[in-house]
Amino acid sequence: MFSNILIYFVVIPVLMLAGLALCRNIKQIRAVAVTGSLALTALSVYLLVDYLALRQVDPTSPMLYVQAWDWFKPLHIQLAVGVDGISVAMLILSSIILLTGSFASWKIDPMPKEFFLWLILLSTGVFGFFISIDLFTMFMFYEVALIPMYLLIGVWGSGNKNYSAMKLTLMLMGGSAFLMLGLIGIYYHSAANPADLTWNILTIAENSSIDKNWQYFLFPMTFVGFGVLGAMFPFHTWSPDGHASAPTAVSMLHAGVLMKLGGYGCFRVAIYLMPQAANDLAWIFLILTGISVVYGAFSACVQTDLKYINAYSSVSHCGLVLFAILMLNTTAMTGAIMQMLSHGLMTALFFALIGMIYGRTHTRDITKMGGLMKIMPFLAVCYVIAGFASLGLPGLSGFVAEMTIFVGSFEHADMFHRVFTIVACCSIVITAVYILRVVGKLLLGPVYDEHHLTLTDAEWWERTATVTLIISVAAIGCFPNFFADLIRWTFSPEIFTVIGMN
Amino acid sequence: MDYSQFLAMKQEIALLVVFLLVFLNDTFLPRNAQAAIGKVTALLFGIFTLWGFCPVVIGEGVQTAFEGMYETSPVIVAIKNILNVGVFIVLIQSLKWTAGESQVIRRGEFYELLLVTLFGMYLMISGRHFLVFIIGLESASLPLAAMVAFEKRRYESHEAAAKYILTAVFSSAVLLMGLSFVYGLCGTLYFGKIADVIAAGEVTNMVLLVVSIAFVMSGMGFKLSLVPFHLWTADVYQGAPTSVTSYLSVISKGSAAFAFLVILWQVFGQVYSTAWEWMLYALIILTITVGNLFAIRQKNMKRFLAFSSISQAGYIMLGIIGNNPMGEAALMFYVLVYIFSNLAAFGVIGAIENNCGKVSMDDYNGLYKTNPRLAVTMMLAMFSLAGIPPFAGFFSKFFIFTSAINQGSVAIYVLVLIALINTIISLYYYLLVVKAMFIKDVDDFTVQPFRSACSERVGMWICVAGILGLGLISCFYDTLLNVVGLS
Repeated sequence: MFSNILIYFVVIPVLMLAGLALCRNIKQIRAVAVTGSLALTALSVYLLVDYLALRQVDPTSPMLYVQAWDWFKPLHIQLAVGVDGISVAMLILSSIILLTGSFASWKIDPMPKEFFLWLILLSTGVFGFFISIDLFTMFMFYEVALIPMYLLIGVWGSGNKNYSAMKLTLMLMGGSAFLMLGLIGIYYHSAANPADLTWNILTIAENSSIDKNWQYFLFPMTFVGFGVLGAMFPFHTWSPDGHASAPTAVSMLHAGVLMKLGGYGCFRVAIYLMPQAANDLAWIFLILTGISVVYGAFSACVQTDLKYINAYSSVSHCGLVLFAILMLNTTAMTGAIMQMLSHGLMTALFFALIGMIYGRTHTRDITKMGGLMKIMPFLAVCYVIAGFASLGLPGLSGFVAEMTIFVGSFEHADMFHRVFTIVACCSIVITAVYILRVVGKLLLGPVYDEHHLTLTDAEWWERTATVTLIISVAAIGCFPNFFADLIRWTFSPEIFTVIGMN
Repeated sequence: MDYSQFLAMKQEIALLVVFLLVFLNDTFLPRNAQAAIGKVTALLFGIFTLWGFCPVVIGEGVQTAFEGMYETSPVIVAIKNILNVGVFIVLIQSLKWTAGESQVIRRGEFYELLLVTLFGMYLMISGRHFLVFIIGLESASLPLAAMVAFEKRRYESHEAAAKYILTAVFSSAVLLMGLSFVYGLCGTLYFGKIADVIAAGEVTNMVLLVVSIAFVMSGMGFKLSLVPFHLWTADVYQGAPTSVTSYLSVISKGSAAFAFLVILWQVFGQVYSTAWEWMLYALIILTITVGNLFAIRQKNMKRFLAFSSISQAGYIMLGIIGNNPMGEAALMFYVLVYIFSNLAAFGVIGAIENNCGKVSMDDYNGLYKTNPRLAVTMMLAMFSLAGIPPFAGFFSKFFIFTSAINQGSVAIYVLVLIALINTIISLYYYLLVVKAMFIKDVDDFTVQPFRSACSERVGMWICVAGILGLGLISCFYDTLLNVVGLS
């Protein structure tokens, strides 16, 4: 069992949990958190290299490192693991954000031990979700990743935290209620013969025995179930409140990684397993995600709380992920995965910076701050870089992702898709409006509050966190082909032949 | 008469032996030797529980005795073993309470009554003739009223006992009314023979049959506290001593669920779709929803768990729908997990109540800061009841939903969706407890730090081990599936 490299993505966090339980003081806690997340990062980079080498040998199979162990045998539940390029990219993203998140919560107070325990439990769920190819195991890890949010926001959050924590937990668990029904439904239609029923995604896709009428029922269940976490309109309302109340590292992980679980699940389960229904029903969800994209961007324009601005911006950007997935062609889907990576890194950077600024000024209201460029130049410059990445400056990650998405979307020749592509394109302009407005008000201009002049610039751990993220953002922006190939390689041709498109 | 038939009743006889030993100990030993009666009972019962897992007891295939009035099989032994495990935990958890000032003089009676009710439950589960079943039901219900009234100096305990005895008698009357109709229609009280008569189409008056099924369901509904027969539950749970409440909420309910499963399918299985499918659906939806909605507003922890256990009974009923081995296994697993989760919660409540008499949810504010271990145990219990992975409750909920959907009709998908949406409501109120313990600040009413008794800690450790292990380690559920013949 332990010969498979993927298992270690769950084993390391579990060891970290055990290590944390033994810790006595903050230094040991930091040591465990940083060592563990460094190990995870190293592991994911090694996986990337090894994966690419293996792909050269075996370019056809849909997933690599596939292995399955029986768990609940009579119910055909297995502990099945396997990755393709998308999962590898997501694993790298998660480990980088966990690492930077650990640095960003260097001075967490009170109860640092409990904070890290919950945070690591959350990431156990995230890593487990990305390596699983068994629907049951996947769903279990999915819920493991959701529930720690309640206590992380409730105990360590700020503002209206009780309300936000409860709203977020209930809405996301509400989504997973639909999801659970969808998954059980998929299980019972996964094979023609009752003895062959399976939860394994690869086998289900191979059998493709889900009747079309059942697809029409199960596709919306699973898509909405995951879509809630992907902040699809009108189920996005947990996102602004939740992100605004969450502590820094939790906002980073939640916006950076957890919301990707939604998009990844929509692709991996809803579309991959039920392509016909996806093709026929895509228009409904295209309208909803199109609204997310534009509405999120407009909402961000009128907010004055930094975290709310970024949370609505996340709604807009994550909406774009789902929007692109629903375009059902290789280019747009590649763009969607790039957007997941890009948004994950850049929104984590944003939330990290906002947390650092808030830790100094004790306000997040942009009308009560100004001229921070003079006071904390390092943080301010980083904020500008994050902003540029967000509004799609070439050379940074946002441009590559959005460009690919819109080129892919425009490949559809019909009126409906083109109109919606153009509408979604408008969000780029609106993004520029709110980003530049914040940069102008917050960083440039006169110093608003004299007390702010005494504030200090970033400490070394904060610099480590931000620089790591900026390097990653720039890496995607400068070497898009490397990532695009990693992802594109894995889009299974079967999906597109079923739909009759390419 | 062939006396070797009694050998089929191994577990009942062994339980009677345990009962007699406890009784003789209580009656004839000198006062100072009685101090250990609680521990002696727990020890004897522990041995008895372990013995139940021996192959000799489990046997092979279905064995009947007394012309089919009594039946045992590996499945039935497994059910009894599940109940035994729960009773063992209850016995351990109650040690501190029975040693308390006002109970100490008659604590022997508590153990004796408890063992008698368990004997009654055995008969309920094994009886294949309605008279045997009724004898079991009555001996499971009436001593419980005495247990509810055990703290005789407390007003609530009296009130609860009065309510309990009246509802128990009333529900038995309703059940007997239904059974007399059945006897009139079929001319027999053997489960198998009634089913044969119905299958042969010899029942001409279908309306009367449906009415009698409705009576039987209402009678059992009182025992299981299904909505709309749940009105006694909250008051009795609140008034009864905590150890009795925990016994009432897990063991009594679990045994009633198994008996209900047997009656519905073995006796009335033939007319499922024509007569009682819709009744079951309505009962499940009402039970889950109403139980959940009322639980939200409760401030007393015992009342809170009373409503939570009402809605849990609704989920247990989902396992009855399928009438397949998978559903039976899922039901058994659900009850097993429910026993561990609920007893963990009651263990914490009991420990706090024994220490300082506090049972209000507001007293739990900031409990993590004063008593972190109790708070964590309670949190695990709440998460398990709410069905959060990786705790056992998630697995049992998932399996019971999976087995229900096995039936495949659209109606069942709708029913499961309603049940799933209800899990979100239940998550809300379970999180309220977590919020009180972890998020709210310590105030004047908060329970002060204290060290719980050794027996209470042992009980909670067992429950926590169950909550963590039962789901993740697949062999428990696999064993149950093996027992029902799926592997």
